[in-house]
Amino acid sequence: MLLPACIIISAFLLVPFVMSFPISLTNQRLIPRPYRFVGLDNYVQVLTDPVFWQALWNVTRFTAMVVPVQCGFALAMALLINQKIPGRNFFRGALFLPAITSMTVVCVIWGTLFQFPTGPLNQIVGFLTLGMAGPIDWLGDPRSSMPAIVLLSAWQAYGFQMVVYLAGLQNIPADLYEAARLDGASTWQRFRFVTLPGLRQTNIFVLIITTIQAFKLFTQINILTQGGPRDSTNTVVQYMYTVGFVGQKLGLASAVAIILFVIVLLISLVQRYVLRDRK
Amino acid sequence: MKPRAGGSGTILKWTLAMAVVELKKAKKSFGSVDIIQNVDLRIEDGEFAVFVGPSGCGKSTLLRMIAGLESVTAGEICIDGEQVNGLDPSERGVAMVFQSYALYPHMTVKENMGFSLRIAKRPKAEIEERVAEASKILQLDALQERRPSQLSGGQRQRVAIGRAIVRNPKVFLFDEPLSNLDAELRVATRVEIAKLHESLGNTMIYVTHDQTEAMTLADKIVVLRKGQVEQVGPPLELYENPNNIFVAGFIGSPKMNFFEAEMAKGNKLTFAGASVVAPTAKGAVPEGAALTVGIRPEHFDRDEKPDGKIDVAVDFVEHLGGTSFVHGFLSTGEKVIVEHRDAGSVKSGQSVSVGFSAKDIRLFDSEGRRIR
Repeated sequence: MLLPACIIISAFLLVPFVMSFPISLTNQRLIPRPYRFVGLDNYVQVLTDPVFWQALWNVTRFTAMVVPVQCGFALAMALLINQKIPGRNFFRGALFLPAITSMTVVCVIWGTLFQFPTGPLNQIVGFLTLGMAGPIDWLGDPRSSMPAIVLLSAWQAYGFQMVVYLAGLQNIPADLYEAARLDGASTWQRFRFVTLPGLRQTNIFVLIITTIQAFKLFTQINILTQGGPRDSTNTVVQYMYTVGFVGQKLGLASAVAIILFVIVLLISLVQRYVLRDRK
Repeated sequence: MKPRAGGSGTILKWTLAMAVVELKKAKKSFGSVDIIQNVDLRIEDGEFAVFVGPSGCGKSTLLRMIAGLESVTAGEICIDGEQVNGLDPSERGVAMVFQSYALYPHMTVKENMGFSLRIAKRPKAEIEERVAEASKILQLDALQERRPSQLSGGQRQRVAIGRAIVRNPKVFLFDEPLSNLDAELRVATRVEIAKLHESLGNTMIYVTHDQTEAMTLADKIVVLRKGQVEQVGPPLELYENPNNIFVAGFIGSPKMNFFEAEMAKGNKLTFAGASVVAPTAKGAVPEGAALTVGIRPEHFDRDEKPDGKIDVAVDFVEHLGGTSFVHGFLSTGEKVIVEHRDAGSVKSGQSVSVGFSAKDIRLFDSEGRRIR
């Protein structure tokens, strides 16, 4: 039963991942050609390239923005659809829709929304500020390009986190809330002392998963900005893609992949340590 | 209110509030379904009242209405003379012990017990003192820093009770608190709760489906069925003097035997081949009326000179050591259980004749109402 899954996972995840390590120590090109062992040259080259550091900084910025926005919104929506509200099943379905929509489609839709200077978002901004704020070149201005990507990424992906949070919420026994009501806890205090501690494990899982996903930011960038303007949305994976597929340097791209893996692993370990159960 | 000396020798440092709980035509509906129908009830100051009934009878709902966890559709609930319908659970002066204990899993025993005082922003010293006091009563001193997951079921239950004590409520509410414990611990905790009531003296309301718990704990039993109160009274009163066939069958274990009977000439009852003078006034029941006779298993063969005898075809004998329960059938095919103190002498397949006294007969009309 497990065999097909094992074969597919090995062929497309495990083997390429293991292979990328030896490849990262060579000067192999994308098109098969004779290659030789170059030691840690690729790593040195990547780590001394200012574009890589810019990309790492960008993706860190992206992660720092998207994790709270996306997880916060997911939790808020999970709390909403966990209530006994009319049309609850409709909301549960509707709110999950973006998560099953292809990122490419989402990018096309949001690309239209972001249009400069007459796109719908700019019209809304103009209407809300009574025309005082001028149209924003969402994706064309280095100051707004990353926040715009954050917005569309969070919107597309929060559905998954929402479902995980919903499952976590439903695992909290109802009589804990009742006991807290008898103990005199307000709505906020019930959230603070019953819901949040009850979601602890869920939170750790969601934060780590979202952080890892955020560090792998690529599709949106590749479709909408290709890393621009002026490298303001260039990410590590976009950088890896450019090096590997545009520059055709497979060895170098593998080194980037290994570096990204180590960074993500370290962040996850730090998160786990910080969020550990202290008692 | 005066401080009281505890029955087990514990002196409580804080004064105890007490209260009368009163329900006036209390009603609860979910949509068009009436769960609780016009319940009138008065539980006296310091009384231990037990709500008992089969599952789905509304006993837990009634308790939750008093707690404020369920709204009241119509009628009034008063605690200590004050109408509490619109009050939040925390403002009613009640504390509740849940079947699942409902302890906060991420807090220690100490934090669990002191949570309500922390929410009420009481000074730390006071919280410490009250938690320590309650811990002493319940012998939880050694477990203060443990989490609920590190406790046994019985310990968790004690913490839940401790959390209620710390709040110093006017009324304690227990919702089937012993259901999750094993048989031995259930008996031990039952005794502890009884002692606790004796030492604290608060009004307590206790919900259970177990009639043994009801009989042993209650000052007053409230038997509920389908959202209505069937009978209210002290345990022995309900046992001796049930108002109807439901209460007669519910109180007592094994349950009372019921046989179809007919009123014959001369105020005589005939059933299962026996004929006996009815325990009612002559003429109270018209001749030929269809009745139900109730006799408890423990009331057979009690007297040297029985008023009547019935034959039982023995089907099965349960030996409990000191006594045995003989399960069998009458000539009419009706089932019967007889408590037999002479263990070992009766075997399945045998036929035995058992005697009964007229005074042990409870008589019910065709609607199930008691005829006295």
